[in-house]
Amino acid sequence: MRVMAQMAMVMNLDKCIGCHTCSVTCKQAWTNRTGTEYVWFNNVETRPGQGYPRTYEDQDKWQGGWTLTKRGRLQLKAGGRLKNLFTIFASPKQPSLDEYYEPWTYDYENLTDAPLQEHTPVARPKSLISGEDMQVRWSANWDDDLGGSPELTKADPVLAKVSDKVRLEFEQTFMFYLPRICEHCLNPSCAASCPSGAIYKRSEDGIVLVDQDQCRGWRKCVTGCPYKKVYFNHKTGKAEKCTFCFPRIEVGLPTVCSETCVGRLRYIGLVLYDADRVLEAASVTDERELLASQRRVFLDPNDPEVQREAERAGIARDWVEAAQRSPIWALINTYEVALPLHPEYRTLPMVWYIPPLSPVVDVVGETGEDSEDSGNLFAAIDALRIPVEYLAELFTAGDVEPVNAVLKRLAAMRSYMRDLNMGRPGNPAIPEAVGMDEATMYEMYRLLALAKYDERYVIPAAHAEQAHGLEELATECSLDYDGGPGMGGSGPFGEGSGNGYNDPIAVENFHMLQQRQTTDTVADPATRKARVNLLSWDGKGAPAGLFPPKAQDAGLQEPDPTPSEALVQPRPAGGSAAGPAGAGTDPADVSDGGGPVDGGTR
Amino acid sequence: MTTTTDTVLWVVVPYVCLAFFVLGHVWRYRYDKFGWTTRSSQLYESRLLRWASPMFHFGILAVFLGHVMGLGIPKSWTEAVGMSAELYHFLAVSIGAVAGVCTVLGLALLIYRRRTVGPVFRATTRMDKVMYLMLAVVIFLGMWNTIAGSILNLGGHYDYRDGVSVWFRGIFRFDLHPELMADAPIGFQLHGMSAMLLFAVWPFTRLVHVFSAPVGYMWRPYVVYRSRSDRLGSRQGRPGWDRVERQEPTRRR
Repeated sequence: MRVMAQMAMVMNLDKCIGCHTCSVTCKQAWTNRTGTEYVWFNNVETRPGQGYPRTYEDQDKWQGGWTLTKRGRLQLKAGGRLKNLFTIFASPKQPSLDEYYEPWTYDYENLTDAPLQEHTPVARPKSLISGEDMQVRWSANWDDDLGGSPELTKADPVLAKVSDKVRLEFEQTFMFYLPRICEHCLNPSCAASCPSGAIYKRSEDGIVLVDQDQCRGWRKCVTGCPYKKVYFNHKTGKAEKCTFCFPRIEVGLPTVCSETCVGRLRYIGLVLYDADRVLEAASVTDERELLASQRRVFLDPNDPEVQREAERAGIARDWVEAAQRSPIWALINTYEVALPLHPEYRTLPMVWYIPPLSPVVDVVGETGEDSEDSGNLFAAIDALRIPVEYLAELFTAGDVEPVNAVLKRLAAMRSYMRDLNMGRPGNPAIPEAVGMDEATMYEMYRLLALAKYDERYVIPAAHAEQAHGLEELATECSLDYDGGPGMGGSGPFGEGSGNGYNDPIAVENFHMLQQRQTTDTVADPATRKARVNLLSWDGKGAPAGLFPPKAQDAGLQEPDPTPSEALVQPRPAGGSAAGPAGAGTDPADVSDGGGPVDGGTR
Repeated sequence: MTTTTDTVLWVVVPYVCLAFFVLGHVWRYRYDKFGWTTRSSQLYESRLLRWASPMFHFGILAVFLGHVMGLGIPKSWTEAVGMSAELYHFLAVSIGAVAGVCTVLGLALLIYRRRTVGPVFRATTRMDKVMYLMLAVVIFLGMWNTIAGSILNLGGHYDYRDGVSVWFRGIFRFDLHPELMADAPIGFQLHGMSAMLLFAVWPFTRLVHVFSAPVGYMWRPYVVYRSRSDRLGSRQGRPGWDRVERQEPTRRR
């Protein structure tokens, strides 16, 4: 047994109202840049629908994920290693921009700058790829709310599998929303496809990341990922993907998409799994066995033996405790209401879904029957073959039984809770009918309906004591600066150059560093243009420009400089020795203020 | 007799270019790993690329192997294994011609695509244009040498294995023969000179992706695991500052 921890997510589809807040906030946080205009790490699809990129679920066409060879071995569907290398010069199965969409902006300037004319000026759509005028014909979400159906919906690969029973007439149709992020799979085929080995799974929390320094832009991961959640940044020529907001997760915050989710339908937590059983679980012959086999990979965090093995594997005690409290573990294992998206891709995805009961409830309600009655709902789940089979194609490789079981549990919970809410005693027969007891059913209701922030997101912080060097914390040796005596590491081309020195994570730092590297003058308050950014001031010393220049002689008016000021910005002791422009404007003060040479004159 | 010009052209320039090539790559790898990429334009256009790119790349790989053969292996070695000059010539010209045609056709298509497909052209940097020009000149001159020299025998017979190849190998053995290049036909001189200049700018172009050919993929485990604690925080560990770790006591038997 090799215990590993995995950060995972469950989304409760019944609660998704398709508002796209998760997509928008994710885009603002991560892909609001040139080169990633068309990229949505998080997107919300209307099902039935083609998805984004179009028809990505048709693996006969896109060749994503894994498949079993005739000898029962797991192999990338796109081909073995050799084939992968030989098709490196032009990736044969990569979605084009047509399949995603051509990103555009509008020529807003024309609205204000257009000359006087008979007609009102318009803002034409301009392609962000070619710069030309374009016709907007498709987007990441063109078929939102079944827009364009039934013409567009016909191309849904999942619908095609159940097509003989499908009715797309509007009176009889159904729809629900499917928010998608990277699945952070236990057996990631994107990582397996990467020729450079740049995509890796973090051994601490299982988050799958792309090493931007190691990626060479071979684009094989785009083919490899069956969910098409690895994207090619056409500006930098590197692959990018959902990072599970790892800088937030590391400090115990939920991802941006979860934090901003209006319906509060996302749950984040840890699961423990046995890494030795991953390959075996992914290689099960029968596709419909994959759900069960993936469930068997997970380990019970309450099992003392698992805890022992987890300790041996270096998983901290508070992480095991977090795994015990994990809503993911509860939804997948205790209540068994969460299902993986497309287990048949054999990647063992780690973002699971609670299938929506709403289509069923709606139909029962429209017939005039009591849509909260468990008998009615159970019968309806059996009768409404189409939605259930469609859900089964999404979540269980076509096996209707597990979906039925989940929907019945959800329906039973509705009926059982209605009795309680109406002030009647709970009917124990209802939980029993779905194999639960009353207490468990009530807990499930609590988790699904009431759970507060800290119950929905049980995220143990990364062990930051191992990461004392995070530059934001400023816990490094105070002598360890450019030119200082602390052997500080600066590259030969000045601050921030060279390998491994302070890779800036915060954009704030990045811009500050860039400005400091490329500016050719020192911040000089005398010019009235420069200023000190107080956001990036660490409170130590007084950088030049912090205060307005004093009249002529700083030393005389300020006879007793504070010790910290003297430490960082030593000045000649006799105030009269200050340079003609005043002490604060001497370039040396900033570039190597506090260096040994200056210190000697103190 | 070698003149100063010959020495500069065929001794100084090669070493300068070689220095640019080697040090440039070291510098680029250390300071611009993020920029080290193929910068694929497949997302913009793939219909032409699907044919042109493999044609060019497989062609140029064959051409490279041909150069290893022609420049790297002394004539005496092939003669020692009993390969006649005629056989060698036949092999070199036939395989070389096929590879060369593939390369030239592929490159022509790629350049056509780059110029005519709007988004691809927009994504072309100035350095790309310089690189394409130099690459095209080198390949064109090389092709010309093969056609005019070896096939049509224009301007008399010239065996580069007694001239250019000896000069080339000498550079790496510090056995310098600028006079051999000075006596070579103008086509070979131009090809050699333009190739050296291409090597000098090589590290500063997208051509660096040649050195990231992912050969290790064949043997690597499919899924790569990495620990975030490999790097303490965002800074790499420094020698002499290893973490304290409890050593397992060696058990006595």
